[in-house]
Amino acid sequence: MTALHLAKAALLAVPLWLLLSSLLRLKPSWLKHLASLAVGFGAAALVTLVTPTGILSYLTTFILMACIYAVLSVGLNVQWGYTGLFNIGVAAFYAIGAFTSALVTTRMPTGLNASFTKQLFGLGMPFWVGVLAAGLVAGLLAWLVGKPTLRLRGDYLAIATIGIAELVRLFFQNERWLANGPQPLRGIPQPLSCLTGDGCAWLPGFVNSFFAPLGPRDYPFVYIAIVALVLYLVYRVLERAIRSPWGRVLRAVREEEASAAMNGKDIAAFRMQAFVVGSVIMGIGGALYAHYIVSIDYSHFDPLNGTFLVWVMLMLGGSGNNRGAILGAFVVYAIWSGTSFVVDALRPTLAAISPELPSRGPYLRLLFISILLVFIVLYRPRGIVPEEKVVSLDRDL
Amino acid sequence: MLQRSAAAAERPFERFRRVASGKAGMLLALALVLLAIIVTAALKGVPATQLLSLFVRGVLLGGMLALGAVGVTLVYAVLKMANFAHGDTMTLGAYLGLVVVTLLPKGAPIAPFSFGYEFIVALLVVIPAVGLIAFGLDQLAFRPLRARRSQSVMFAMAALGLAFGIRSLVYIFWGADFTFFYTGRARPAVELFAGVRVRPDQLFILGLAVALIAGVYLLLERTKIGKAMRATADNSDLARISGIDTKRVILWTWLIGGGLAGAGGMLYGLDVQLRPEMGWWLLLPLFASVILGSLGNAYGALAGAFVIGIVWQMSGAFINPVYSQGIAFLVMIVVLLVRPEGLFGGRR
Amino acid sequence: MSDTHPASSSPGSLRPAGQAGDVGASAPLLSIQELTKDFGGLRAVNACSFDVAPGSVTGLIGPNGAGKTTLFSLVSGFHQPDSGRVYLDGEDVTGLPSHLLFRKGLCRTFQIPREHQSMTVTENLMLVPKGQIGERFWNPVVRPGAVRAQERRLRERAREVLAFVNLGHMAEQPAGAMSGGQKKLLELARTLMADPKIVLLDEPGAGVNPTLMGKIREKIEQLNRERGITFLLIEHDMPLVMGLCNPVIVMNQGSKLVEGPPAVVRSDPRVLEAYLGGQYAALEG
Repeated sequence: MTALHLAKAALLAVPLWLLLSSLLRLKPSWLKHLASLAVGFGAAALVTLVTPTGILSYLTTFILMACIYAVLSVGLNVQWGYTGLFNIGVAAFYAIGAFTSALVTTRMPTGLNASFTKQLFGLGMPFWVGVLAAGLVAGLLAWLVGKPTLRLRGDYLAIATIGIAELVRLFFQNERWLANGPQPLRGIPQPLSCLTGDGCAWLPGFVNSFFAPLGPRDYPFVYIAIVALVLYLVYRVLERAIRSPWGRVLRAVREEEASAAMNGKDIAAFRMQAFVVGSVIMGIGGALYAHYIVSIDYSHFDPLNGTFLVWVMLMLGGSGNNRGAILGAFVVYAIWSGTSFVVDALRPTLAAISPELPSRGPYLRLLFISILLVFIVLYRPRGIVPEEKVVSLDRDL
Repeated sequence: MLQRSAAAAERPFERFRRVASGKAGMLLALALVLLAIIVTAALKGVPATQLLSLFVRGVLLGGMLALGAVGVTLVYAVLKMANFAHGDTMTLGAYLGLVVVTLLPKGAPIAPFSFGYEFIVALLVVIPAVGLIAFGLDQLAFRPLRARRSQSVMFAMAALGLAFGIRSLVYIFWGADFTFFYTGRARPAVELFAGVRVRPDQLFILGLAVALIAGVYLLLERTKIGKAMRATADNSDLARISGIDTKRVILWTWLIGGGLAGAGGMLYGLDVQLRPEMGWWLLLPLFASVILGSLGNAYGALAGAFVIGIVWQMSGAFINPVYSQGIAFLVMIVVLLVRPEGLFGGRR
Repeated sequence: MSDTHPASSSPGSLRPAGQAGDVGASAPLLSIQELTKDFGGLRAVNACSFDVAPGSVTGLIGPNGAGKTTLFSLVSGFHQPDSGRVYLDGEDVTGLPSHLLFRKGLCRTFQIPREHQSMTVTENLMLVPKGQIGERFWNPVVRPGAVRAQERRLRERAREVLAFVNLGHMAEQPAGAMSGGQKKLLELARTLMADPKIVLLDEPGAGVNPTLMGKIREKIEQLNRERGITFLLIEHDMPLVMGLCNPVIVMNQGSKLVEGPPAVVRSDPRVLEAYLGGQYAALEG
């Protein structure tokens, strides 16, 4: 085992630790965390050792993207799964989060760059400020959309969110002054990228020397730890909020609106809260995406990647259950990436059918995913992991 | 003590709300929107002729939107579901029309139009074909949900799956690029009046849209199945008890809705271009029209489509036309804020 | 069984005795004035006016389609009246949304129980009380201890209320699994979690077997007597109404026809005519 293996294993241990500690039922909690940290690190070390470098890198980026989608899926779960709000404009909040964080963390271009890249502002703030700003702006947008629509039948919210997603995308496509128009906005900083470079000045020397073997191409290993932490945090906060009177009211509103109102619950206010909270989480997801992909433009946030996939993830995983939402994100993203291999493998066959077909392979995946959604709606509307029966768990809080 | 004398009096705020959200208030608001557009355009120095021709373009666009909107609203009225696949049904119609046009031997253009007999044949094929496809998709995806009495959002979600499914098929068979029914054929414009220029094709489009909608009007008002559809829309349980064949009503709803959507898609493709995303982009203006004219009200949808079409085109005089969707969205939001039940809906 | 005592059995309930804070019969707790509601040209409630005295158990009867349930919906903020006023404790509450009326102490049950089916019976009850700090999104995260403590108190209270309505054994069952009668009891229990001033009960006895009906009646009387809760109830079961309620208000064609003690009402010819001219003569049933 080399120092490089060790550094990678240490970083990969973070998502494993968080996963295990959420699955294990062990008291006291320090023991649980210790155990899952140990097991997590062991497993990470083993995987790092036995997996060829290329596959390990692929696996890492796969998990990374799946985690980002899991954030979106969990956000949508607050709206649809717990409250029954039909938001078909996930892409709007995803996009606005990504662009907000990008603008907040990049610096205003200077010199020659300034003539290539136009942006409204560039504050050069740290990553976490960008993430918070992303959530805030996405939440604000949700409030604006929700105000006229949430008191009406669900279909109205649906069409309004389709509209806002299209408009947000068009806006970022056409307004050069805002975030470089149709051109990508480049150079979004990657948090802790110093670990894969010359070392971080603010970290103690031994940490830097421990991670010194990592090169810039190993950055996904660093980012996977960060994304996993954010996902875990979002998950924990939501689980708490859901298993509390707040979650109980959301469920009551979803199940029997009239009775919830007669029980003194301000239905519109609770719907708005759920809508805003879900959108804030989607905005955070957007920020995570932007800092990973470094260079973003409007086309990343089309209805397919930004909204449709997230819906299939949540529906397949199980609406009304955060674990289901996360599981769904991994399964569907695996299907999505896996089918791309299948389509690649089928290239010769497709070419035999029609010379145009191989280049249209991606759309076969879209067709498959669409059919999958209809099948879930028809045959398994509760998903893989159905909703839990009891909301109020004052013992388990 | 209680103020018994005040019992009958309205509070001023309530009175304002009631007036503002009445039909008159709504019409006033629409008139104000139109006025605002004209004033803004005038301030920006847009010549009156251009404004007038944009108005005419708006009426034309309204005709095409109406073909889609009537289908959306009929499906909503009879089946109580928002069909988010309707826009993509229009796309499907356009591309099926393209297939027929390419398969047939090319004829000379019928003067003064840019298209030949093939386009007419294609329309005659596409209208029933898309109607039947729409019904088939209903039987596949929505009927089981109806049988299970699923929530309305589950219908919407199934529709979303169908929308993406249809679009992916369009991508697979025809690719992602835009195309035309007749590539490279000149489409000259003629002067209609007072410097307003339109292409003859557009007059044909408007004429056909009006004719089709008149046909639907006659069908709804004069025929037995039309009456059955209206009865089902009013109260489906009552309709079923009184011996109306609900299955037939559903069949006809999709035949009409799908057929009109197919025609609308073809006409839009003739006027603008064919694109796999065209229907998805039309979805927002379609629903804006339908909501403006009250969900489930066929005549309301018609009026809504023309209003949206006109506002959409005229606002293009001073804002970037790529945001025309935004105008439709804005009108819809205003309606939802002021009078969510739309122009022709009754107060709850 | 109840046929015998409309006139004799409830002299006490003519004016609830010994109520604390009962300032006299002059100030009604609920006052309905000229309330009117049209549904697409059909006048469901037509200039209906009456008062409900504090501490009373007021019955609201009338033939089917008389507008009783619509009236409830108007009073409880479920529908907006076209005209007319509603006063609760002297305050104009016309057209207020349901949740605000609830906070002012007005509680309503539904003719067909609308329980939250997938939630447990206990959760259905824990949902009700106002002022729960855990209903703010951030509190379960920021102040988990306080939320947990409050939840424990609510659970305890729900347990007491369930014991009171004899549903203790159903506590952890999903509410959807209960029988129709049990759901009616749950509706009643729900109002108990709320500390209401006035409860609007829509047919508490409908679809309930006689034993359970007796129990529901007994609980209503007990709550009225011991806690001073005012009831306004719609009921078709005449023995129940005549035994439990005083006064009784008869509605017909959207407005009040007659009001008075049960004995007076039941012998009023106009009431008989309303029922006979309506659908059925159930008055003596």
